[in-house]
Amino acid sequence: MSYIAKPKVTHPKLPRNKLGLTERDYEGSVSTLCAGCGHDSITAAIVQAVFELNIEPHMLAKISGIGCSSKTPTYFVSESHGFNSVHGRMPSVTTGANAANRDLMYIGVSGDGDSLSIGAGQFVHAIRRNLNMCYIIENNGVYGLTKGQFSASADIGSKPKKGLPNQQEPIDAVSTALSLGATYIARSFSGDKDQVVPLIKGAMLHKGFALVDIISPCVTFNDHEGSTKSYAHTRQFYHHVVDMDYIPPAKEIKAAYDEGSSMPIELHDGSKILLRKVDTEYDPTSRAKAFKYLRERFNAGEIVTGLLYIDEGRPEMHELMGNVDTPLSQLSLESLRPAKGELERILRGYR
Amino acid sequence: MDPTKTEGTEYFHQVVDCQWGCPAHTDVPEYIRLIAQGRFTDAYMLNRKSNVFPGILGRVCDRPCEPACRRGRVEEKPVAICRLKRVAADHRDDVKGLLPTAPKKKNGKKIALVGAGCASLTVANDLMPLGYDCVIYEALNKTGGLMRTNIPAFRLPAEVLDEEMNYILDMGVDLRLNSPVESMKGLLDEGYDAVFIGSGAPKGKDLDIPGRKDTDHIHIGIDWLESVAFDHIDSIGKKVLIIGVGNTAMDCCRTSLRLGAKNVKVMARKPRDFFKASDWELEDAEEEKVEIVVNHSPKEFVLKNGKLVGMNFEKMEYEIDDSGKITETRITGEEFFPCDDVVLAIGQDNAFPWVERDIGIEFDKWDVPIVDTTTFESTMSGVFFGGDAAFGPKNIIWAVEHGHQAAISIDKYCNKQPLEDRLPRGVNLHSAKMGIHEWSYSNNYDPAERRLMPHVELQKRFKELDIEVELGFTVEQTIQEVERCLNCDIQTIFAPKLCIECDACIDVCPVDCLTMTKNGEESDLRNRLSAPAENLEQPLYVSADLPQTGRVMVKDEDLCVHCGLCAERCPTGAWDMQKSELLVPFAKDEATETRKKAQPSAA
Repeated sequence: MSYIAKPKVTHPKLPRNKLGLTERDYEGSVSTLCAGCGHDSITAAIVQAVFELNIEPHMLAKISGIGCSSKTPTYFVSESHGFNSVHGRMPSVTTGANAANRDLMYIGVSGDGDSLSIGAGQFVHAIRRNLNMCYIIENNGVYGLTKGQFSASADIGSKPKKGLPNQQEPIDAVSTALSLGATYIARSFSGDKDQVVPLIKGAMLHKGFALVDIISPCVTFNDHEGSTKSYAHTRQFYHHVVDMDYIPPAKEIKAAYDEGSSMPIELHDGSKILLRKVDTEYDPTSRAKAFKYLRERFNAGEIVTGLLYIDEGRPEMHELMGNVDTPLSQLSLESLRPAKGELERILRGYR
Repeated sequence: MDPTKTEGTEYFHQVVDCQWGCPAHTDVPEYIRLIAQGRFTDAYMLNRKSNVFPGILGRVCDRPCEPACRRGRVEEKPVAICRLKRVAADHRDDVKGLLPTAPKKKNGKKIALVGAGCASLTVANDLMPLGYDCVIYEALNKTGGLMRTNIPAFRLPAEVLDEEMNYILDMGVDLRLNSPVESMKGLLDEGYDAVFIGSGAPKGKDLDIPGRKDTDHIHIGIDWLESVAFDHIDSIGKKVLIIGVGNTAMDCCRTSLRLGAKNVKVMARKPRDFFKASDWELEDAEEEKVEIVVNHSPKEFVLKNGKLVGMNFEKMEYEIDDSGKITETRITGEEFFPCDDVVLAIGQDNAFPWVERDIGIEFDKWDVPIVDTTTFESTMSGVFFGGDAAFGPKNIIWAVEHGHQAAISIDKYCNKQPLEDRLPRGVNLHSAKMGIHEWSYSNNYDPAERRLMPHVELQKRFKELDIEVELGFTVEQTIQEVERCLNCDIQTIFAPKLCIECDACIDVCPVDCLTMTKNGEESDLRNRLSAPAENLEQPLYVSADLPQTGRVMVKDEDLCVHCGLCAERCPTGAWDMQKSELLVPFAKDEATETRKKAQPSAA
């Protein structure tokens, strides 16, 4: 936490995007999290991703629940829409917002407590609906705001700052999402912005539910020796399986890539993601193989990162429901409300 | 790249751009902070330690610090350092009790100083407190040298000059006015222990073109200014041409206006980018409606019936390449400019008609004395040069620095110590951290623009020759301007061992000057930082390998605004803001007695 705000002065040669904005224009107010918090790095990665995607701030909505992670939407894109909701209720608030206005881009920021404990039911149903959003879990394995108790994502044997090691089985957001049929699943680490930024960009453009689970060390309560979510531990057991590059529409994939180790995937807006497989055995389009691989590596103590699963073919919520293309919020009351005779006809159908 | 070596070297000095740019290494950020605290006397005395004449320099310094100022790169305009120096001088209390004094018991050594200008007076300032007897020989009937004769009183009032000169003379200097040295040999025969020559560069360059000798309405700039300063000249014709565009030319054109000229043109051979005058002096002249005519080269003086009526100029055209060099010169025609008087301000030389060439003081082929650039000793031991007399015309602040260095040499010479055995400069560092979010300096960036110096109204300023044009900053201006200083002496110090590579400093840096990346050669590194480091004059601060990933932390010093946010956001204290204090040895530090005391006893 800092008493002075980040000064408005900038590097005179700061690049501008297609809208003529600089990265600084996508910042929010100054963070009040602990100095060194992984969440702040993720905030910076979101700022960079949104800047690079040339997103108009008013076309973005950022939604969160409760927790350290859920404070962070204040710290990026202050010109966008925002909703800081009840604990664990970010997915349903996002569902409502998205139902009303499908034209906006949705970033939901949540934590391991907010998503895997109190909001676990909300989390799984947002996946089931294939809600078109970028769902970020800032995962540090502890409840930071309440002084560092273990959360549901704490690994067995991980030591707290004081007290006994964790004995309960962790909930892994990635394999949970995989089993539920999420269509874009990634894991990364707040200390690796080169990987986080393209993953967030891909998640924002993916049509459907995109999960980015980001290990984000808690410097105050979970960055000591014996913790499995510390900067040092994550770096030691960090395993890139699939790196990805984001390629904007109209730009050709120039770099040569080997069949088998690289694969381009086209997104619905014409842009592409180019997967660079570090482990050639890995197939990020097969749910079954991905699941098996993840379990094996998990048992080996590795933290597997990258874009772990993608399926561009499944319909998202509006498509599943057969909604009109125009956002409901822009339709007139007359066109939304069934006429009197029509309502009668519908009701008759149920009698 | 190897980790940046900061120990014992001058790395931290060069980060303080203004102090690095100042020949006398004035501690600019520290005195600006003192002004901000309202401690004008302390700010004045800190200035005086290195530049001796803060009141004078606060008005007429050539300001090498300002083009160097980091603020000028972060936004457009540097901090008004020089103007703030004047604030300290204008608002100081009586400093008499704080000035150096000469001891009652003299050391028995007698030094002759030639010329009562800034170089000689600096030598006296440094040597008098050590017990030396100093004798100053001055040709004119007043002190100050070129500061009095060449800088018009409307820029530098006589009272300011006298007050600061007297601080030194009052220590008991034996000042001999109206005493031109006619013979160096004669001076040496008088048995001084050492001789310092600070007689300036008193010879204005002449322009030998047709008509030059046929009229007495053509004046040599610096001689003419001197005559004006001594009231020998009090008028000039209505139409005046000034030849040359250096700072002397600016003083000549503005002085002409005050002596009754109505139409003054400054004639330049080359385009504006090639002018020697400082921007602010050009601006001040143009504010007074002086016209600056470019690309006109003097051809001849035109006389009618023995009276000067004008000048013919060749009109010039230049081809200039991308680097700003002239590659081709063409004459495209001729043009006549009417005038009543011409003032030549095309440069000046040092001249030593009074130094015999056969006594051991060697001169080079341009008839300039050969002087050592460190010790300022000539080829004759015991004879030292400084100021414009040493290496030709520079400026006051250089002359002051020459004086300091020559004083050290003279003390060593008189004590039979080797002149080259000089103390190194040092740097002291201490943390500026006062609390969790508290620093011992004002760390927030103030976006205020540079304040403009208020001037006396145009109609009023020409009434007298000595109405000072610049009024000095107001309180409000001072308050704003001090906050523009970026506190470059508060250094960002990095301890790689403590770093957990959390990116907090990088994310929070407002000017993208930090990067964690794989190490590489400098040219390669400079291209893959958060923002490319294109200013090659500014160093990269490179850490040792970081513990977790083996990457390095790289800081491009170029645009750092020293806001301290990297240190505030650092969870492990790997970054710290530390105040650096440059330790510059003066004659009193170098003095044999002082050094003996500083050394641990042999037993």
